[in-house]
Amino acid sequence: MKYLLLKHYRGTPAPAVNCAPMDQWTPQEVDAHIQYMHDFAARLEGTGEFVDGQALAPDGAFVRYDGEGRPPVVDGPFPETKELIAGWMVIDVASWERAVELAGELSAAPGPGGKPIHEWLEVRPFLAAPPTVTD
Amino acid sequence: MNPELLRDQVPAVIGALVRRGADFYSAEDAVQDALLQALGAWSDDPPRDPVAWLVTVAWRKFLDRGRADRSRRARETAVDVEPLAGPVPSADDTLALYFLCAHPSLPSASATALTLRAVGGLTTRQIAAAYLVPEATMAQRISRAKRRIAGLPLDRPGDLATVLRVLYLVFNEGYGGDVDLAAEAIRLGRQLHALTDEPEVAGLLALMLLHHARRAARIGPAGRLVPLDRQDRTRWDEASIAEGVTILQAALARDRLGEYQAQAAIAALHADARTADETDWVQIVEWYDELLRLTGSPLAALNRAVAVGEADGPQAGLAALAEVDAALPRHTAAAAYLHERARDTALAADLYAQAARAATSAAERDHLTREAARLRQQARR
Repeated sequence: MKYLLLKHYRGTPAPAVNCAPMDQWTPQEVDAHIQYMHDFAARLEGTGEFVDGQALAPDGAFVRYDGEGRPPVVDGPFPETKELIAGWMVIDVASWERAVELAGELSAAPGPGGKPIHEWLEVRPFLAAPPTVTD
Repeated sequence: MNPELLRDQVPAVIGALVRRGADFYSAEDAVQDALLQALGAWSDDPPRDPVAWLVTVAWRKFLDRGRADRSRRARETAVDVEPLAGPVPSADDTLALYFLCAHPSLPSASATALTLRAVGGLTTRQIAAAYLVPEATMAQRISRAKRRIAGLPLDRPGDLATVLRVLYLVFNEGYGGDVDLAAEAIRLGRQLHALTDEPEVAGLLALMLLHHARRAARIGPAGRLVPLDRQDRTRWDEASIAEGVTILQAALARDRLGEYQAQAAIAALHADARTADETDWVQIVEWYDELLRLTGSPLAALNRAVAVGEADGPQAGLAALAEVDAALPRHTAAAAYLHERARDTALAADLYAQAARAATSAAERDHLTREAARLRQQARR
């Protein structure tokens, strides 16, 4: 079963731990955090559970169709209040419980003082292909 | 058999099929099929004459594919009754393939993919893995590119500038999947350098060798970027530097300067400095002036401003930067660096953090975040 772990720039439930922006950490704390994320992905590759991971730039815009012969409407940049996705990891695991366990580990990435940042991650199951045997 | 040696033969084999009357589209497909078969079969039992084997098998595959096509069959029959010419690897064939695959009518993503397959002899799967797209997508991209250039003559000199640009793009893509694209670009650059004596071909090859030489020092633990001034220069590949410098000197002696030679000259000056402090920034600024004169590129202007900051002090660098389009990616990062040199630590830290938000790669974002963190830590002390 595939699950999407979504990391947000903003728009999550209230943070469990108030954590300064990363550029205000010490360089060692930044390194430890990045190393943790790196090791986490490498470990899931090792267990055969990693599918994909990508980071997104904070910029972008909403775009929609505006009728025949007209250019699409572009609404951007995003307002400060918009929920904003920072990136994702796709995992392929045996159960929802395993997905939650892994999201919990990822959320424990170290921050200032080497303490876990307790970051909220959104966990979403993929809709799978319909079963072949239905009766 | 070494797959690289096998891949070296691919352009010659395509050329041999085309000379026998195959169209480029089908010939290239047939050679790819033969190549896949060779990669499977040869590990145990390599043939004595690999090129002859590839030509024979590829030709058979070409004929098999063409059976349904009546008009083509007539042509094949005519060719089949003639004694088959031996596979003479021809330098002109290979050069013509470079021009065709990098044809200016192709979007650069298609030209790079087609070059890697038809000239580089990589499989579609390898190319797809290197560019992180599904294999079916890459197969379509290559097939559309081939249809687009179908009917273009193979025997006319093409646009060397687009060929060089394709190799440069492949080199910059770096490293993904099981194929080292930087090494592949260098391999193709060497091949092209052997086929033509254009100084810019030498310039690009030198540029790639000089940058490739820094690779081990450029990436730290967890993929961390190490900037030039903090790299452990003992880890630079001296053989690669020596080769790059030799090739560059021979090219410069021809006195037909171009953008790749100018960039290689800058890389050579960095390679020449045993420590960052020994860098000859005055000469580097002169080369950026040349580069700017040749290309007018805003990126060259940006890099020049940073070099001016080293040669004449950060205020001069900031003055030069003020003339550069502020919308450029890395403009804020360059400003941050120059303000740091000017000891305006608080402003530099804010600019690094701002540059991190505008970064176009995760590695650069992490690096710039770390630079902001480093300056803020300094300020706290």
